[in-house]
Amino acid sequence: MATMALPRPATTAPRSLTRATGESRAVRWTLTAIALVFLALTLVLPLALVFHEAFSKGLAAYVAAIREPDALSAARLTLLIASIAVPINLVFGVAAAWCIAKFEFPGKNLLITLIDLPFAVSPVISGMIFVLLLGTNGWFGSWLQEHDIKIIFAVPGMVLATTFVTAPFIARELIPLMQEQGADEEEAAIVLGAGGWQTFFRITLPNIKWGLLYGLILCNARAMGEFGAVSVVSGHIRGETDTLPLHVEILYNEYAFAASFAVASVLTLLALVTLTLKTLVEWQQKRSASDAAEPARILERTVA
Amino acid sequence: MRRSRGVLPGFGLSLGITCTYLSLLVLLPLATIVGRTSDLSWSAFWGTISNPRVVASYRVTFGASLVAALVNTVFGLLVAWVLVRYRFPGRRVVDAMVDLPFALPTAVAGIALTTLYAGNGWVGSLLEPFGIKVSYTWLGITVALIFIGLPFVVRTVQPVLDDLEIEVEEAAASLGAQRWQTFSRVVFPSVAPALLTGFALAFARAVGEYGSVVFISGNMPMKTEIVPLLIITKLEQYDYAGATAVALVMLIASFVLLLGINLLQWAARRRSEA
Repeated sequence: MATMALPRPATTAPRSLTRATGESRAVRWTLTAIALVFLALTLVLPLALVFHEAFSKGLAAYVAAIREPDALSAARLTLLIASIAVPINLVFGVAAAWCIAKFEFPGKNLLITLIDLPFAVSPVISGMIFVLLLGTNGWFGSWLQEHDIKIIFAVPGMVLATTFVTAPFIARELIPLMQEQGADEEEAAIVLGAGGWQTFFRITLPNIKWGLLYGLILCNARAMGEFGAVSVVSGHIRGETDTLPLHVEILYNEYAFAASFAVASVLTLLALVTLTLKTLVEWQQKRSASDAAEPARILERTVA
Repeated sequence: MRRSRGVLPGFGLSLGITCTYLSLLVLLPLATIVGRTSDLSWSAFWGTISNPRVVASYRVTFGASLVAALVNTVFGLLVAWVLVRYRFPGRRVVDAMVDLPFALPTAVAGIALTTLYAGNGWVGSLLEPFGIKVSYTWLGITVALIFIGLPFVVRTVQPVLDDLEIEVEEAAASLGAQRWQTFSRVVFPSVAPALLTGFALAFARAVGEYGSVVFISGNMPMKTEIVPLLIITKLEQYDYAGATAVALVMLIASFVLLLGINLLQWAARRRSEA
């Protein structure tokens, strides 16, 4: 950490201005223009189109499409699923990061790979495995039927599939962060007589709060936006097993384009809020990293 | 490190939670794929995964994913370069926007791109006079996969470019290298491993992608049918064994990719430490 704390050059201003290591103005402008046009085409245009189509039949139609009972129940279900999947993965993420970052044990790398596994699996397969496990013909299908428990093509299955798909987000954010921070501060607290939970809430949690928030934001965005996995295990019953992304699909396939884009615009707003929050947290993380470096910098100046 | 296990509490609890959770939520469900497939005889399994319609869907999925990942490699490097090296108004907003495909639900991306590139869409109507059809063709699938994969390349290459020491480039220039020579001989070799990793990540994501593709692809068997859709079709026909067999092929492909990506990152880390 000591080397990290050394004063960095005060500005991050154009380091490419020296002729030896920079491109000519013409090359710079051309490259920037190509990159921006490419991003405008791939990212901005679809975004603009969503709002254009959403309001194509006027404000009244837009409001009606969003306030329609099926859309509202889809929104409720989306919130319900996220409010179950995200906290579960929060607990899992913190537990996984705690044992991986603070302790040494054999098989650690295998465990890290296992945590990443849901990212490597196609969303469709993520849904399918729960059908194979808990569906009517699944491994536990007949047992569930005997006890009259319905999971697949119902809400519990959608919660399970979403939880599977979003499992790595928080763990993945916390593991490298907590590995970098080490265990010294916690060990000091324990040696001085603090309890385990006390140490966690007073020492660890303040140190990881921004990373945790970052993981939470990404996990929540995916939980609310998941389509493929949820689609496989959903019963596709309007007003019952329909989340917002699935509702967008139903409306679109019924050629109710304006209504479909109206619901889609809500999800797009969610994505924009996610991006904004994520960027703010990134800035905050950078700032707290440079705050941590401040005492060393003062020392450096005094010594000099 | 032995010492730390002695002092800090919670090892058993946290490892217990992690292992139980992963076993129940990830390993047990994934095991069903292997279990189901072993119900099939070898010839039935082979018959399913080598059926012409299935093989055509591999070609669509892997072909479009490859092209999209290549396009993303070129433009991803360019975007990362411009964001790291140049200063222009709105750079921070553009930087944040690169993550849009991560944040936007895939179904929304799917219907937006389909409408954009349809014959009467904003972009599609410009291409129509040239006889170029995008929506409901193979090209449309590729467009959707480019959208989905872009952040993977940019976000993998960006930190590496950021960490490059400008002194090395100055040294190359002072030894008489032209700017282009410096780029191709000095800069490019140092970002190449990251670029390759970004390519592999974008490709792996594209292969499994469903939501953004299913609207724009047109879903014509033999022509524009992707593997994930074929799996869903088989599931809807209650052909669980068939769906699982195809899924197993996809899973093996994903794991090989994941392994390759990990090896790449391991090799890159070793080189940077050496």
